[in-house]
Amino acid sequence: MSDCVRFTEVWKSYLPDQPVLKGVSLALPAGATTAIVGESGSGKTTLLQLVNAVEAPDSGTVQVFDEPIPEDRVRFRRQIGYSVQGAGLFPHMTNRENVTLLARLEGWKPDLIDARFVELLEEMELPEDVADRYPRELSGGQQQRVGLCRALMLRPRLLLLDEPFSAVDPITRVGIYDRFREVQAMEGVSTLLVTHDMREAVKLAQMLVIIAEGRIVQADRVPEVLANPRTAYVAQLLKGQLE
Amino acid sequence: MSRVLLCWLCWLICLGCLFPASGRSAEPIRIASKNFNESYILAEIIAQRLEAAGLPVERRFGLGGTLICFDALVAGEIDLYVEYTGTLSQAILGSPGVTGIDALNALIAEQDIALLGPLGFNNTYAIATPSAVARSLGLETIGDLAAHDDLEVVVSHEFLEREDGWQGLSRTYGLDMPVTGIEHGLAYQAIAEGSIDITDAYSTDGELERYDLVVLEDDQGYFPEYLAAPLARTGLPAGVYEALASLESRIDDDRMQTMNAEVVFARRSFASVANEFLVAEGLAEVRSEQGELLASLGRNTLQHLKLTVTALVGAVIFGVGLSLAVFRMPPVARGVTYFCGLLQTVPSIALLALLIPVLGIGMAPAVLALFLYSLLPILRNTLTALTTIDPTLVRVSVAMGLKPGEQLRHLYLPLSLPSMFAGIRTAAVISIGTATLAAFIGAGGLGDPIVTGLALNDTNLILQGAVPAAVLAIVTELVFEALERWLIPRSLKE
Repeated sequence: MSDCVRFTEVWKSYLPDQPVLKGVSLALPAGATTAIVGESGSGKTTLLQLVNAVEAPDSGTVQVFDEPIPEDRVRFRRQIGYSVQGAGLFPHMTNRENVTLLARLEGWKPDLIDARFVELLEEMELPEDVADRYPRELSGGQQQRVGLCRALMLRPRLLLLDEPFSAVDPITRVGIYDRFREVQAMEGVSTLLVTHDMREAVKLAQMLVIIAEGRIVQADRVPEVLANPRTAYVAQLLKGQLE
Repeated sequence: MSRVLLCWLCWLICLGCLFPASGRSAEPIRIASKNFNESYILAEIIAQRLEAAGLPVERRFGLGGTLICFDALVAGEIDLYVEYTGTLSQAILGSPGVTGIDALNALIAEQDIALLGPLGFNNTYAIATPSAVARSLGLETIGDLAAHDDLEVVVSHEFLEREDGWQGLSRTYGLDMPVTGIEHGLAYQAIAEGSIDITDAYSTDGELERYDLVVLEDDQGYFPEYLAAPLARTGLPAGVYEALASLESRIDDDRMQTMNAEVVFARRSFASVANEFLVAEGLAEVRSEQGELLASLGRNTLQHLKLTVTALVGAVIFGVGLSLAVFRMPPVARGVTYFCGLLQTVPSIALLALLIPVLGIGMAPAVLALFLYSLLPILRNTLTALTTIDPTLVRVSVAMGLKPGEQLRHLYLPLSLPSMFAGIRTAAVISIGTATLAAFIGAGGLGDPIVTGLALNDTNLILQGAVPAAVLAIVTELVFEALERWLIPRSLKE
């Protein structure tokens, strides 16, 4: 299985002498969902931002689908879906305009845009009447699904999700988890999910990466991690959140 | 967003309508006046005479003082105004000895201006007394006063102090009665009540007629001549000089007194007094007062809109452009906002005055001043909106692969629109109010009747400017409200 993202000895700091990432080396399998779990300040979001080149490493390399990050960042980022906590939908655009923005900028034909849009609404089980409403007229869970539609619009090979479900209430969340797993499989998109919620990670991911204070503590398939927590920290994390 | 473009298009079309292409038949003759009654009346007479002769005119009435008028004339910002020979020789040229029209013209010929044929009257200092007193004592000349040192002589403070006032006069005519000073405005009242016998006056004051006073003849020629005559630029169309020649020697002292009194006491408009005179002389057709009022209202409102719309369009283009240029650099953005705030603290009338030496009088300095005032609300609102956009949305727009231009177009601008629009709306209303001050520097507009009304203490005239200006501000407010409703998507309205 080839890698979708590979970090090699990556160091990153925002303030002098306070590295956020301390020599991270990591290979993430393509076609699967990887959850990066850690507390606030562990460096997990920075890891994500290195992938779509919103941040650049101080040293070390980041490769995406076995290629170094190309010069044309705009082109590159459009091949990577992105969704954040609270969905980050543009409030002045209807949900349809939000989802189809990139396709329109890419010059897709209108009927192609419509077809893809309808397809995504169905996959995410969103009623058709959300299309011409504004984001704030939807529930949090619906907004999050619209956010995922937007991230998937251009059929990216890689999807980056930054705490995407933490603003959604727990009951709604369960429904979205099921939806997301199916959609991920249907679209065949490699997914990188950043979360502080171990339960969410276990539900959605096949691969777990646990990060603390800028270092990878453990990275392995979910059953392996659950069976053999490498450190007391991991064990505690699993115990505290999964019981 | 396409609505925003449409809105701009409409705006530019409006601008186009306000400034019709320069294909008009002839440049209008720009006539100015100083800010006192007589000057307004004479300017209006000239304006109507030229109009009757088929020449287009532009009224730039009520320009501050003598030097502003003269400088504006020399600078070519106006074409003519009525000046007095004595003022020209003493106050402007500083050559009190030069008196004749030809001699004066020799001094100003280099500046491409010339004094034309005098209108007839001499508005100089005069010594006045009730006609009853004059009759009973047989007073005809100033010299006759020497024999009556029991007369109560009270003159204005200025006249009392000036070397060329009472001091020189009493020496010339050998007058040795006691004399006291009084506020000029009160002198007429005092003489009407009979508490004083003799006072100083200007020989064309309307009060002379009103209070039945006679002017004693200056038989020794003590007072300098202040002959009123059009002072005009050379090289104007020949028709202008012909029309002005038709006014030569048509207005004597009594006539001017009567016309001044009509304005001061009968509260008639300059235009109707001027028209009555011209009709009586066979120099113009009768005009309807009402039509005149409407015409001047339309003219002033149009000019007012020209000033504010020009300034506002400039401020929107510059303010929004500058905001977009600096909003990603917080220190620069702060500096820019601070500087614009500083401009706002300069009192508007002072800002207008400060711009005169740089840009002269008229539209240019007025538009610049209004532009500077409009800048702050637009700039501050736009900058604040641009810099306070939800950072998550900004991060998303970068991460999803929007180019900087696309971020502006699809995120920053639409989200800043409500705040930016509120700034433009504030700027528009402020401009309409402030533009009334532009009349002080000859830019016209609805401030024109206000300034004239203030100078004449004429409430009617003040209202002719103030009411339409207020209405214009309210209409602007409503138009912007409607535009806002139309432009801003419902999702951004709270």
